[in-house]
Amino acid sequence: MPDVQSMVAEFVNKLRKRKIEGSQATAKCTVELLRSVISHQRVPHANQAAALIDAVKAVGQQLVAANPVELAVGNVVRRVLHIIREEDLSLTTAAMAGLDLLDASDDDDIDNCKGIGYPAMSAAVVAAAARSTLRPPSLQTLLEGTPESATVPYTSSSGADSESKSKSADKSSLTRKLKHDVIEGVNQLIQEISGCHEQIAEQAIEHIHQNEVILTLGSSRTVLEFLCAAKEKKRSFRVFVAEGAPRYQGHLLAKELVARGLQTTVITDSAVFAMISRVNMVIIGAHAVMANGGVIGPVGVNMAALAAKKHAVPFVVLAGSHKLCPLYPHNPEVLLNELRSPSELLDFGEFSDCLDFGAGSGSLQVVNPTFDYVPPNLVSLFITDTGGHNPSYMYRLIADYYSADDLVM
Amino acid sequence: MDTRRGALAVPKVRRVGFFTPTEPPPESSQRPNRSQSGPVEATTSSSPLSDSPSGNLISPVLIPPSRHHSDNLTSHAAAPVPVPGPAAFRRYLAHDRSLHVGSYNAPDSLLGTSPPSSNGEFSEDSVSLFGFQRSDSTKLSASFPNGGFDLTLAVRAPQESETIIETASASEGKKKIAEVSGKSESVTTKPQKEKEPKSLKDKTTKAERRAIQEAQRAAKAAAKGEGKRHADESVEANPGKAAKKPQPKKERPPISSSVSEKTAVAVEKEKRMDVPQTQMQYDDKSRVDKAKRRAVVEQTETKNKVELFLHLPQYERGSQLPNLSSNFFTLDTIHHAVYKVGLQHLAGDISGDNARCIAMLQAFEEAIKDYTTPPMKDLTMDLTTKINGYVSFLIECRPLSMSMGNAIRFLKNQIRKLPVNLSEPEAKASLCSDIGRFIDEKIILSDKVIVQHAVSKIRDGEVLLTYGFSCVVEMILLYAHEIGKKFRVVIVDARPNLEGKKLLRRLVSRGLDCTYTHINAISYIMREATRVFLGASSIFSNGTLYSKVGTACVAMVANAFSVPVIVCCEAYKFHERVLLDSICSNELGDPDAVANIPSFSTKAKQSKMMDNNKNLQFLNLMYDSTPSEYISMIVSDYGMIPPTSIPVIVREYRRENLLL
Repeated sequence: MPDVQSMVAEFVNKLRKRKIEGSQATAKCTVELLRSVISHQRVPHANQAAALIDAVKAVGQQLVAANPVELAVGNVVRRVLHIIREEDLSLTTAAMAGLDLLDASDDDDIDNCKGIGYPAMSAAVVAAAARSTLRPPSLQTLLEGTPESATVPYTSSSGADSESKSKSADKSSLTRKLKHDVIEGVNQLIQEISGCHEQIAEQAIEHIHQNEVILTLGSSRTVLEFLCAAKEKKRSFRVFVAEGAPRYQGHLLAKELVARGLQTTVITDSAVFAMISRVNMVIIGAHAVMANGGVIGPVGVNMAALAAKKHAVPFVVLAGSHKLCPLYPHNPEVLLNELRSPSELLDFGEFSDCLDFGAGSGSLQVVNPTFDYVPPNLVSLFITDTGGHNPSYMYRLIADYYSADDLVM
Repeated sequence: MDTRRGALAVPKVRRVGFFTPTEPPPESSQRPNRSQSGPVEATTSSSPLSDSPSGNLISPVLIPPSRHHSDNLTSHAAAPVPVPGPAAFRRYLAHDRSLHVGSYNAPDSLLGTSPPSSNGEFSEDSVSLFGFQRSDSTKLSASFPNGGFDLTLAVRAPQESETIIETASASEGKKKIAEVSGKSESVTTKPQKEKEPKSLKDKTTKAERRAIQEAQRAAKAAAKGEGKRHADESVEANPGKAAKKPQPKKERPPISSSVSEKTAVAVEKEKRMDVPQTQMQYDDKSRVDKAKRRAVVEQTETKNKVELFLHLPQYERGSQLPNLSSNFFTLDTIHHAVYKVGLQHLAGDISGDNARCIAMLQAFEEAIKDYTTPPMKDLTMDLTTKINGYVSFLIECRPLSMSMGNAIRFLKNQIRKLPVNLSEPEAKASLCSDIGRFIDEKIILSDKVIVQHAVSKIRDGEVLLTYGFSCVVEMILLYAHEIGKKFRVVIVDARPNLEGKKLLRRLVSRGLDCTYTHINAISYIMREATRVFLGASSIFSNGTLYSKVGTACVAMVANAFSVPVIVCCEAYKFHERVLLDSICSNELGDPDAVANIPSFSTKAKQSKMMDNNKNLQFLNLMYDSTPSEYISMIVSDYGMIPPTSIPVIVREYRRENLLL
């Protein structure tokens, strides 16, 4: 499958050169790439899920390494891995269900009592696997204690494998089924990613009232759609856009807003504090949302969030589900940041005349970071495609999308 | 703005007119008192005792106005002055009287001379920090005994004339307070006037017992009281406002202790009323139209304004400049120096508060040098109206900064205070020297003081963050570098002015280690910083820092990261106004500066096209206000103070005229 290899290489190159901007575009490209990787992956008879997972992981590692700051890539890879595991699991459970039908329904009881019989054992594995995906825990599973759950991540796939080995009769049909199901799942994911704007925008009307004054910064399509959705519902409100020097993305956003007939005012970034006292709500699009509820957004966001906190203005973050990152940040201002070219601030050679290189005294550094980190305590509300959430709830929401053994790739 | 001032002035005059008829009789009654100066003085001296405690109650920081009684006495004496009559004659009278008083007061004044020593406990810190004050007071004290000579001295040395005259009229000292406290008091306290004579008599008996205590108080008060005198004198000097003088009489109420609290409150109120409103509200159609008719500069208002800021002027830039500069040689109303400065302000060639203020003052100085009083007119009156005209021209060019407003107030005050007997060249010379003194002492010298203070806060290995361009901060950084401190500077800049580049260039070429970034990255860079140095355009009496837009963001983020914020501000920029937000009072810059983005020329063109779109506006705010809780310390020429001390400084030093 040279074509897949070359596609991966090309995409890695693009990521490395930062040709793809915006987490949504990146996420979409990543999913599509992974889909073709999966469809081209030749699956062995035995252990197909593991083979798929390995293949996706291998590609995913390359992609993440290409642009570690673009968390959407890692998120999407994890989502795909999660889909594979889920499909695999559902197939095994289906197979198990077929088996169990033959045996007496007592199996359930035996399972619950931790019986040692072979079929019961596999059922326990299934149950554990089910637990590992963080389905709502029943009282019983809570009581069962920790040691089993700790081992679950490893047993889930291998258990399924052993299962499949023993039931080789069904395998041929299962093989094709798994791949097919996975690709189905990935297609759904693609749809979800491309449709997240609408889902989020639908909620706009609940949050924006008449004559509202909204501050936003950076250029985010989610925000654009969100505001326009409210506009379409005949709400009239005013938008302040911080220009976002030195990239001036605010100007782009402002232009689009104006084109759609919204009352827009462009302000300088420095005027954020001055204006915030007259603003009813700050709405920004996130670059990524961390598991602790912290937000990585366009540079300058932290300043706006602090000002909003000071004036008790709600600080609302819009994020599609592909931006939810299962990692907990450590020192995100530095580690999950990226310094761009100084030439955006100072022209090349602008200060070379007054720098005395010979004397060795005097130096000039130019700092031009891309992202900003907003700690969760400054965020009032997250609006994702599944609805509004508190920052403290994000870890739980994120757990729905990822399986625990993929967190470290 | 100018219109505003004019409007304010009118009611004053009217009120004065209302009162004057009642005044003359008391004045005449006072005169006899005057003749028995000896005993009367004693009585008056006793009054302060009762007076002072109340004063203390109101504000512990306030130095008790011990001089009041004597001042009051003199004020009684002075009261006749308001009587309608030839101004010169009046003034002459006043001087004569003041001479007498001076000699009478000799013991008092001697006490007053000692202030530095006796004052110590009271105002030591503030006084010692500020060299000017002390020198002033000593000078004054020295001149006290010689009261009789003041007139001749004044003639000889026009520069010092005012101060000397003031000292001579020491007796009138109290009047200033009255002047300051103004009309409100006068209206409310009529009944008190009647009481006064009684209270005076009562106290005469006690006077001797308490003489010692009073004397001490007087000494303390002397330093402060002198400042107030300036104000009083100014009233006298200005024939137009002579009508106001009646107020000093009402001022007497301080004598009776019961009234004193009220009066103190009234003083405060007065002060507040005294503060000229600096900005015209541009959403008031009729006023704007009126102002336009008078305007020298024809400006077209921008069409597409942000609704929140309709009350601020915003004009289309660039169109009128060539037109104006071609007018340069056909000026009639505006002096060419002022005109030049106005154009420079308009074009943005001069920026920075200190630079603008100095340029304006120097232009005024030149205008005053070239000034000749038209026949049949009074110099004080005519010059004031002239200056008003200049000021309104400057406002048309660009709204004044707070500090310029303060400087103009100073200048007008000086003009008002000009003694009538001065000949025109003398008066002009005196004014010019005043302006020079203001620039030297209030701006240049105080910058030096600030640098000395601030450098003591810089330690080796620190990372100092500064925002935009402030010349004081630049001086601090360069000086600290010169004396061998090792530190790194982070310069935070913001569009559209990018003033930080100027600072960066100057620092880098001097060999400092610099880091440059935009304000958006402030929370990235703030973790490295150990101190934040900020410049100021003005500091209001509620501690709000009014400065270049973005300063508030920097201070806020610094606060969030627990980095101390040090604001460097000359004391002449302190202002009595209060401000809560950045909306009510601000200045709008050129919106095109925001609309034009440097890097994408094609997109900039697009935005030009979009200008016509009603829905798209660009807002270029010039200032913002930083709440005082973000400020750790203010370095001024009075030393290093917390923002809560601003109202105290404004109150104490403004009254003494030391602030201006």
